[in-house]
Amino acid sequence: MAELEVEIVAADHFVWSGAAALVKARTSDGEIGVMPGHSPVLAILAGGELAITPTNGSRFTIQADGGFFSVDKDRVVIVADNAQMDESAAAGNR
Amino acid sequence: MGAQIRVYRQKIASTSSMGKIFKAMELIATSRIGKARSRVSASLPYARAITRAVSAVASQSEVDHPLTTEPEQIRRSAVLVMTSDRGLAGAYSVSAIKQAEALNELLHAEGKEVSTYIVGRKAQAYFDFRNREYARVWTGDTDAPKFDTAREIGEALLEAFNTPYEEGGVEEIHVVFTQFKSMVVQEPTVIRLLPLEVVEEEVAQESDLLPLYEYEPEPEQVLDALLPRYIESRIFAALLQSAASELAARQRAMKAAGDNANELIKKYTRLRNNARQAEITQELSEIVAGADALSA
Repeated sequence: MAELEVEIVAADHFVWSGAAALVKARTSDGEIGVMPGHSPVLAILAGGELAITPTNGSRFTIQADGGFFSVDKDRVVIVADNAQMDESAAAGNR
Repeated sequence: MGAQIRVYRQKIASTSSMGKIFKAMELIATSRIGKARSRVSASLPYARAITRAVSAVASQSEVDHPLTTEPEQIRRSAVLVMTSDRGLAGAYSVSAIKQAEALNELLHAEGKEVSTYIVGRKAQAYFDFRNREYARVWTGDTDAPKFDTAREIGEALLEAFNTPYEEGGVEEIHVVFTQFKSMVVQEPTVIRLLPLEVVEEEVAQESDLLPLYEYEPEPEQVLDALLPRYIESRIFAALLQSAASELAARQRAMKAAGDNANELIKKYTRLRNNARQAEITQELSEIVAGADALSA
């Protein structure tokens, strides 16, 4: 199965990158879930949680204050202000 | 004669203690450059992503955004000058200020008023000393800039830009910063921040082609949200470049100062030895003369 190439960056540091099966984000209009093969989108992030399901490993969430993200050809670039990895979720084993 | 030796000794002592300070500052600057440069590269992914997104929106949708439209007539410009807080960095601050002054003159010649925004205590001191006005100043963290500072500067500049001319607003914004080209070359550079010129780049490869995005919510809102971020990221990038340049300039200046101190120590040591030898010779001849006088 195709997979998403995800890159999460904050203003002054790199947060996470890797392959994922599903990215869920909150935009100003509502929630959006991105799976491989999604059409190109450029959207504004609303503050809140981003959930990422990597192809290998467990689901984790990232807290962001806002920002934007773009999807093009299975490549997801999330530009977040003050992105914080949710440590408990990243370490958790769900 | 003894007095002369003492003077040289004092000079040697003070020069060598200064030499130690120069050496320490050189080492500090050297160790910080690496960090500053890695911060520059850490900010690159963000800058790249945001530039790509902005150019996608600007080139694909016919959006007339105030930040991208060129006003018919520019009556007042803002100039943001980035210098260091502290001295002992050679010509670093001076060349940035010089560049800003050249830009100032050019803008005045075009009949524009200039309002100045300052980063760094050195430029502030320059303007204060000459009793010249400036709009705002940010100081305190020029050698390790934080993103919050960039955001503050971006907000202040955007506010001035969004204010109509009659109420003291500006119609274009220039930034003077020092570009870090390499450890030995740092170049004062001027960029025009606003209005934005979105450069349509030649597309070399198929993969570089921007896809046709769907926008959420609308292109206008997306652009509204993106442009301030883009500005902040440009300012932050300039701040980081300036910080790296400042440290490189300081390292070079301190290296030169340390070398000069060693040179001086060598010179004074020779002079001191000379003086001591002269003293000995004189004492000897005095003794001999005295003995001759007694025996005669």
